[in-house]
Amino acid sequence: MLASCDSLTHDADDHVRRRKMAVCVAVIAKENYPLYIKTVPTENELKFHYTVHTSLDVVEEKISAVGKALVDQRELYLGLLYPTEDYKVYGYVTNTKVKFVIVVDSSNIALRDNEIRSMFRKLHNSYTDVMCNPFYNPGEVIQSKVFDNMVSGMMVQVC
Amino acid sequence: MRSTHWDFPLELCCRPMAFVALTGLDVTYNAVHRAIWDAFCANRRADRVPISFKVLPGDHEYPKCRQKRSAYDWYIPKGILKTGWMNKHLNLVPALVVVFYELDWDEAQWKEKQSECSTRVEIVRAEPAVPGVRAGASAEGRGDREKCARAVEGPSGASRAGLALPGGRAQPAMPIAPTGNHRRSPIRRTARQTKFTGKKHKGCCCPDTEENSITTRLENAFYEHAQTYYYTEIRRVKSHKEFLNKTTHQLLFVRHQFKTAFFSELKQDTQNALKNYRTAYNLVHELRAHETNMLEIKTMAGFINYKICRLCFQHNAPLDAIAQFRKHVDLCKKKIGSAELAFEHTAWMTKQFQAFGDLFDEAIKLGLTAIQTQNPGFYYQQAAHYAQERKQLANQLCNHDSSTTYPTPDPLETSSGVMDFFGQRPWRQSHQSIEPPDLEKEKVGILALQLKERDVDHSELIITLLSNAVAQFKKYKCPRMKSHLMVQMGEEYYYAKDYSKALKLLDYVMCDYRTERWWNLLTFILSTALKCAYLMGQIKDYITYSLELLGRSSTLKKEQKSRVEKNLIKVLMNESPDPEPDCDSKAVKGAQKIWADRISFAGSSAFTIEMQDYVPFVECKARFLAPSFHIDDPVQLRVYLRADSPHPFRFSKLCVCFNNQDYNQYCVVEETYQTSDILEASSQGTTCLVPGKTRQYAFKFVARTEDVGKKVEITSVDLVLGSDTGRCVILNWRGGGGDAASCQESLQASRSFKRRPKLPENEVCWDSVTIQASTMVISRVPRLLVQLRHEPPTLTNEMYCLAITVLSEEVTTAKDMKLTAGLKPGQDANLTQTTHISLDGTEMCDDSCPALLPDISIGDLLPGGKVEKPLYIRCGQIGTRIFLVHVSYVVTAVVEGKEIICKCHKDETITIETVVPFDVTTKFVSTKFEHMDRVFADIPFLLMMDILSASPWALTIETSKLELAPSMTAVDQMDSQLAQVILQTGESASECFCLQCPPAPTNQSGVASGHYIISWKRTSAAKSVPVVNTVITMPHVIVEEIPLYVHADLPSFGRVRESLPVKYWLQNRTQLVQDVEIFVEPNDAFMFSGLKQIRLRILPDTEQELLYNFYPLMAGYQQLPGLSISLPRFPAVSNQLLRRFLPTHIFVKPQGRQADEGIVVAA
Repeated sequence: MLASCDSLTHDADDHVRRRKMAVCVAVIAKENYPLYIKTVPTENELKFHYTVHTSLDVVEEKISAVGKALVDQRELYLGLLYPTEDYKVYGYVTNTKVKFVIVVDSSNIALRDNEIRSMFRKLHNSYTDVMCNPFYNPGEVIQSKVFDNMVSGMMVQVC
Repeated sequence: MRSTHWDFPLELCCRPMAFVALTGLDVTYNAVHRAIWDAFCANRRADRVPISFKVLPGDHEYPKCRQKRSAYDWYIPKGILKTGWMNKHLNLVPALVVVFYELDWDEAQWKEKQSECSTRVEIVRAEPAVPGVRAGASAEGRGDREKCARAVEGPSGASRAGLALPGGRAQPAMPIAPTGNHRRSPIRRTARQTKFTGKKHKGCCCPDTEENSITTRLENAFYEHAQTYYYTEIRRVKSHKEFLNKTTHQLLFVRHQFKTAFFSELKQDTQNALKNYRTAYNLVHELRAHETNMLEIKTMAGFINYKICRLCFQHNAPLDAIAQFRKHVDLCKKKIGSAELAFEHTAWMTKQFQAFGDLFDEAIKLGLTAIQTQNPGFYYQQAAHYAQERKQLANQLCNHDSSTTYPTPDPLETSSGVMDFFGQRPWRQSHQSIEPPDLEKEKVGILALQLKERDVDHSELIITLLSNAVAQFKKYKCPRMKSHLMVQMGEEYYYAKDYSKALKLLDYVMCDYRTERWWNLLTFILSTALKCAYLMGQIKDYITYSLELLGRSSTLKKEQKSRVEKNLIKVLMNESPDPEPDCDSKAVKGAQKIWADRISFAGSSAFTIEMQDYVPFVECKARFLAPSFHIDDPVQLRVYLRADSPHPFRFSKLCVCFNNQDYNQYCVVEETYQTSDILEASSQGTTCLVPGKTRQYAFKFVARTEDVGKKVEITSVDLVLGSDTGRCVILNWRGGGGDAASCQESLQASRSFKRRPKLPENEVCWDSVTIQASTMVISRVPRLLVQLRHEPPTLTNEMYCLAITVLSEEVTTAKDMKLTAGLKPGQDANLTQTTHISLDGTEMCDDSCPALLPDISIGDLLPGGKVEKPLYIRCGQIGTRIFLVHVSYVVTAVVEGKEIICKCHKDETITIETVVPFDVTTKFVSTKFEHMDRVFADIPFLLMMDILSASPWALTIETSKLELAPSMTAVDQMDSQLAQVILQTGESASECFCLQCPPAPTNQSGVASGHYIISWKRTSAAKSVPVVNTVITMPHVIVEEIPLYVHADLPSFGRVRESLPVKYWLQNRTQLVQDVEIFVEPNDAFMFSGLKQIRLRILPDTEQELLYNFYPLMAGYQQLPGLSISLPRFPAVSNQLLRRFLPTHIFVKPQGRQADEGIVVAA
């Protein structure tokens, strides 16, 4: 997993990087309000907000569907939530019901499921770090620079 | 022509069915014919064969069949598919023509009629419009009279069957309905004849239900013919294939493949149809595409795709349909065609998505199940998305000056009024080369299309699609998607200038985004809503949205907030606000007028806005300083306000409303100020709120005495903005403040570890303020001492004295003092029943006394006064009881210069244990004090009563008494031996009574012995305290009879070497003569004289006396020689039993000597 992360971040080819990366990354609180949303490009921000917000319908449905199953055996990665014409939306839910949503460009066919998973894992680790910060108050909007830099690394670089 | 020439024609969207023409029927004037027609057409159920019937006149002209070319070498196709082709085969060229002919069974002129019939058939066959009719190949019925029906091979292999319809003379009254009960209805006979059997069926009686089956059979026959026809058509189309070449006939490949597929559909061979359509679809995309034919290719691709998806859904393969559609969209997405007509492409895309959505929805209605992530809503949504794109493109591309006129002649009109091929440009039909033939014409055509596009009501299209999508997402549990689409709808209404609808939709969804706390989205929606409110001049909405846009949840930039605040203040000052940015200029003009009109209506109404539904820019928290206040203390509360607006602002009034409205008057802050001061920056006034600063307002009032014991609640906090003369808005917080977001915020604040900032003395940190919306008014603290004096525990049934002393420490007279004392309510019902309270200690209280004595009046008590009240409690059962002593009184007090009458009360509770005073044990013993478990009839025994004191206090037993049962008799006097005995704790007292018991009645083992009554009281109790009588029921005793009673008569002591006479009495208690054997066992202590061993008889109810003379040999307590008695008749009565009645020992004194010697012996 680490190897794949490295290959993601240290991809020299900008074109490949562009193809491999997310256009929007969001962290949603248990109560479904946004803790963190970053989008690229920024002018379309509102649209991505809507996309992330609507994807919560599917997340909620998926969570309630697996609610019966054993909690510890639950898969955190929810997979492709729903495809739109232009974007693919992926979801991930932590055990504390914090949701991660990653939006990728639909044209980005090269991106494999595995890579999305590793992105989520990275995101989760980073989020855990944020939570471990004694100065961070759970439920507040995430303002950590480290977290932001990590997310920026996952996103499409606008040249 | 249609404005949308890529639109799906009706004939594409219907389900193709074999077309059969019925001729020779006069359905208008002939009822029988009508009935036949109805039998075919009316109420066709799904299980019947798919045929579309049409009545045509016998001499109907069918479409001409063009000469089929034999060679394609020089043929260059002009387009893919002709516009009329599908319609032709669905509605114009029948697969089968049925000729109905009326002929009677007993027709006189049969020959003539027959020839007339064949002529008719001939007419159809030789229909001039159907050239090349070959007359041969017909199953011609000759000779047989009934066989009037013929099958005619049509020119292209179509079967045309002629049928004769006999009727008329034989049945003058022709039945009208084929379902009528006439046994020879026309249709039945027709059916018979259709079979070409040549057999005569005259007047055959069939059940009426056969009508339908005959129709069905006829139909099936038609259907078979039709299928054959379509089969040959397919063969014919396929046969052309070999003549085609890939370079010039590319279009024909598609055309033929489509035709084959369509014929297969007509033949109801959907599997092959699907296969052929798929091939056709691939072929379409193989066509050389360029700008001039892009539309044609897309149109055909769209048609074929539609057919494929439709058939896939029909075959219950929705995933195939979706996959095909995705492929279709991916292939066509980039095929925009002419850039100037880009809107056309998006419109086409819209149509594709919409049509797929419709197909999907239809399939769902027929039983397909869709899921949350794959439902028609997504397709409608995407269609709407393309429609929005179309609108944008149209706005870009069609923004011609108003001077641009629509070109004449209309380039979109063709000479024939119809297009020849699907998807071609009207101004260059059939043109297939890459370059447009005439650039000028091309330009004019494009202009015409653009001008037409300008007139399209895009918003309506978008809204329709969005509302379709909303309906779907609602069904598939996507509330957020639904909200999102509703926002889009609202925006579209806004663009369409339907502001009220826009506002309604936006207002509806706002709440969802607010509760989910997506502030970015909420702000955006609010901004649009504010524009709508502005343009409509809706003051209340305008203010509401402004309040929220200024609030802390708004993500607007500071300057935007400033602008909103400025406008809000203008509205409050009864002026027109500045128009919102980016509004339609025409609409703004209208709005300005509305606002100007509004000014004149100012002051007529005040709006109340409920704050808990919004996140306004003023926050409010109200709290009582304590959860309860004594009536003689003033109730204190604070209202905290904080503003988030960019600039300070003033309010005109703050008031707090309580559940008791009398208090409202005490909690008002009001300041009159000039309306122009509203933006005053000085911010010194009490009614000015400075952004970010928490302002607190303290209130104080004296509660009403009638509210003692009640809750005082803040029902609402009202903040009035604006003035009565201008516009007045009341911000209303229900309860003690808080809005749509504050709950979460306070939770967040409570979790926070952050240190609160140090603030100056008179300021408070907003987050540290918690709402306390209610307080209790409680009675004044009593200044009273209540002392209880008693000696616990209580003893069962005694009159327990509880001395209550009330001592007043009030400074004024405590009036109307009342005492309520007794068992505290709410305890076990059993305790209530066994507890009795009385004020009178001289008499034992009985069961009629209550467990609680309420409101014992004590009267007034002067300052320092003291009153004592003894209370007597009688507890009938052991257990722990809680007693309540409640003293209430009225006193006047002065609070805040106001005299109030306070009711005070003081409660004391004590827990008292009730215990039994003593344990009483009853024992039956023999006269020798030996324990007995049974007594013998008529033989005296002793009753021992042991009383063991269990009371911690000394008890005086006044007296005791034995009340014997009738079955018992006392042997001697029954006076109490315990009267006036005092028992300390743990001491015990005993007395015994000698009793005798007559024989018990037979079959009764035990007899009652009676009651023992102890009369007692505490030794410490006063004389007046009544004596307690404790009744103890003594146990039953078993009475047994004995056949022989023995008793001895001997002196109380003997003396060594002095004769000791002993008499034994043997008493026969039976009605029998008893043999008794007696043997005296000698021992060392005695010599004796008398009978050592005898055997004797005792008569019934007589006594025998035995006399012995014992001679003691030793001094001391000596065992007597034992008397061994045996009764041979009663072996059950043992020697042991009888011996119990006899003494066993006697004290023997030593021989008489001097007195001092006796002392030595004793020592």
